[in-house]
Amino acid sequence: MSKVGWLRLPLAVTYAFLYIPIVVLVIMSFNASKTPFVWTGFSTKWYGELLNNELIREGFINTMIVAVSATILATALGTMLAIGIARYFRSAIVEAYSLAPAIIPDLALAIGLLALFSLIGVSLSLVSVLLSHVVFGMAFVAAVVIARLGQTDSSLEEASRDLGASAVSTFFRITLPSIAPAIIAGALLVFTLSLDEFVVAYFTDGPTTPTLPIVIYSMVRFGVTPEINALAALLLLVSFTIVLSAQRITRLTDSV
Amino acid sequence: MTPLLSIEHVSKAYDTTQALDDVSIEIQPNEFFALLGPSGCGKTTLLRSIAGFEDPDSGAISILGDDGTSMSLLSLPPNKRPVNLMFQSYALFPHMNVRKNIAYGLEREGLSRSEVDARVAEVLETVSLVDKAKARPAQLSGGQRQRVALARAIVKRPRLLLLDEPLSALDRKVRVEMQLELKRLQHEVGITFVVVTHDQEEAMSMADRIAVMHDGRVQQIADPVTLYSRPANVFVADFIGSGTLLPGEVSGDTFSALERRLPCNNASGVHGPAVLMLRPESVRVTPDDSDACLRGAVIETHFYGGSSITAIRVDGVEQPVVARSAGAPRYSMGEEVGLLWDADEAVVLAVGGSSETPP
Amino acid sequence: MSPSEKRISGRGATERRALSARAVFAGPGLLYVTLFMSLPLLLILVYSFFTRGRFGGIVWDFTLDNYGRAFEPVYLKVFGTSIVIAGITTLLALLLGYPTAYAITRLSPRWRTIALVLVVLPFWTNFLIRTYAWIILLNSEGPLNSALLDLGIIGAPLGLLYTPAAVVVGLLYAYLPLVVLPVYASIERVDRQLLEAASNLGASRIRTFVDVTLPLTLPGVMIGAIFVFVPSMGNFVVPELLGGGKTVMVGNLIRDQFLEARDWPFGSVLALFVVFLLVALFALQAAISRRINGKQVTRV
Repeated sequence: MSKVGWLRLPLAVTYAFLYIPIVVLVIMSFNASKTPFVWTGFSTKWYGELLNNELIREGFINTMIVAVSATILATALGTMLAIGIARYFRSAIVEAYSLAPAIIPDLALAIGLLALFSLIGVSLSLVSVLLSHVVFGMAFVAAVVIARLGQTDSSLEEASRDLGASAVSTFFRITLPSIAPAIIAGALLVFTLSLDEFVVAYFTDGPTTPTLPIVIYSMVRFGVTPEINALAALLLLVSFTIVLSAQRITRLTDSV
Repeated sequence: MTPLLSIEHVSKAYDTTQALDDVSIEIQPNEFFALLGPSGCGKTTLLRSIAGFEDPDSGAISILGDDGTSMSLLSLPPNKRPVNLMFQSYALFPHMNVRKNIAYGLEREGLSRSEVDARVAEVLETVSLVDKAKARPAQLSGGQRQRVALARAIVKRPRLLLLDEPLSALDRKVRVEMQLELKRLQHEVGITFVVVTHDQEEAMSMADRIAVMHDGRVQQIADPVTLYSRPANVFVADFIGSGTLLPGEVSGDTFSALERRLPCNNASGVHGPAVLMLRPESVRVTPDDSDACLRGAVIETHFYGGSSITAIRVDGVEQPVVARSAGAPRYSMGEEVGLLWDADEAVVLAVGGSSETPP
Repeated sequence: MSPSEKRISGRGATERRALSARAVFAGPGLLYVTLFMSLPLLLILVYSFFTRGRFGGIVWDFTLDNYGRAFEPVYLKVFGTSIVIAGITTLLALLLGYPTAYAITRLSPRWRTIALVLVVLPFWTNFLIRTYAWIILLNSEGPLNSALLDLGIIGAPLGLLYTPAAVVVGLLYAYLPLVVLPVYASIERVDRQLLEAASNLGASRIRTFVDVTLPLTLPGVMIGAIFVFVPSMGNFVVPELLGGGKTVMVGNLIRDQFLEARDWPFGSVLALFVVFLLVALFALQAAISRRINGKQVTRV
């Protein structure tokens, strides 16, 4: 085989491995059968059934509440943090500390937060899920924005200050516009992270307000119904769309 | 004499640029040869074609084999060519110490361990780095790294050593030392050196012969003195050394400018528009203008300790004529002076299109 | 005031301004990380030294018993299983991820971006759904078995689901992108001139890869391995959903201590183990990375 030829093999294996399960899942979501594994014929009825499923609808609303709030909070905090680190701290240790929530094992973070909330008497609810999602969401936004700030020139800001602009006006007129794409991309990532997050929510959510991933978990665990296939296909579509938009806005792969 | 390396009609084009345009060069055994030119002139592409990292579109490159027959290089992969390259960045393996870096090429030849050790020890001696054998490249100074890179290349005892801008990463003081060092080493190890450089002083001080390149083409191949005193065309005259290029015209065998016949060495190969090249040290400034070739007014003087430079504006000529003389400047600003030179030291060059190489 | 004094006081003012800017911009975020990451981790460190409450929570009696319990054979077995499963997953991820990353670096810039996005994309989708997809795929009535049956390769459905192998596949599926990215970045960073130098010195392609590319990309390989190994140890969803609860890993143990056995101190010990494993492996990675680049004085 030619020198490029044999390199196609790992690419083919990897992409087949990554995408065959997804493709199968999407196909199966159009399956008429009542058992979700056996194909009997084409149908879109399970998408309709989704709307009638009380648990899924409730989970979806809970998840949206958390994801939207977490996105707003994490984007605001993460952007400020990124500017503080990239422009004023310039310290690798502070940066590593701020980005650590994105790397720390989620299970350890989850039980730590559970312990914290129970110690200070915060009852488990969507609020505790929100507080937890913000901590790693913020780290992802900060990472993307720091990468962007690294590419933009801080002398622009210095020039603005030199020409008599206040710190506040420099921030809004110079800094913010130049990092806006990264902020939007970061926000999209937090949204999809929060939307899909299971482990931390599982430990910090209260029993009466399950988020969508928790609903999916119990459905998969205690009896699979074909609606799941339809729900899964829709969620995949949402995540793909969001991540591809984020990639278009800023070259995500450069900063991951 | 059979050349060690012959490059015949080599051309190479990238998308929009002609990197090499019908380049032919012959390099003799034990020669110190320089490829000189501004960046983008094709010298690096040529070097990389010899090493095997670029494939020319057409032409041939062959080297004299051990058995005295010539062998084509282009059909060999880079790792099979009897040619070593010292990279501009030195390309030392950061994860290997100095000894391992140098031994690497010998180990690839399958030499015995004792022979590898002996030759590494010997070359470390040659480049005076015996005490750094176990250091990593990151722990060495720029000059030391350069010597490791050189040692790694010469330890293979190639017939031909290619050096890509060998001194450009060094600071000025070390660079001058290393120029002498390279020259000495080349003599000592008896390997043919081909150096790529954009620095004309470097090329002139080290090389036996120089090929000046521009826009992918060889402009002139000559020894340093010839290049300086008998440039083949305006590009070479301008690129090598400093001086004044006086525009004028040739008719018959005389060069005239400003409606005067000016002394020059040989105008017979040129017709029509031409320039006269005057090196600063060829121009003599005289207060007395009786038999001066040209006259003008002093506009600038600079004193450089041992010598001084005087710039003279000549009416009707855009570029001032520059003269170099020993000692302090003898003329003051605005002073009217005459300019003199020997016909033999003024070279006439055709403008547009190249002229024949002057004798 | 002398000019030099003026300059000093000027610098003082600049510094003060920078300090207040730091506080304004980074203050809230750093405070948040401290409250909701450092404090929780500190808390489980503290809990690990105290006694379990009867119905969960904690009784403030200092003890080291929780650490002792981790060495009981039943738990050592879980550690053993976890290390084997996570280890196999890591190895497979590298065997597949390295050539993939290498192949991506050889693509044209345009295709390189597309290829990388395609690798990352599944990682950003719902983890449960990705795991669930394998339940469908590996099911005894699922597409894989029916395809094999139809082709006549097998006579009866294979029991693929609820096996340790299914756990490995699920973990590999979850974390493969995390190997490809750092390995890709490290291959991309290798100076091409080093490869040319090796070739110029007589090394074949394979030799150049083994002697130059592989050692220089080892730090990236280690990052990728850590990103697979540590989360695999702490994953409880895949062993449960694809392993059918038969393969118990450290993650399952931690989950059970907190949500079922209500033994928070012991659960804390286990979680700390995962955190320290991460920190220790990163420290090792940093040391090896420094050594490879020769930035450290080598003692021979």
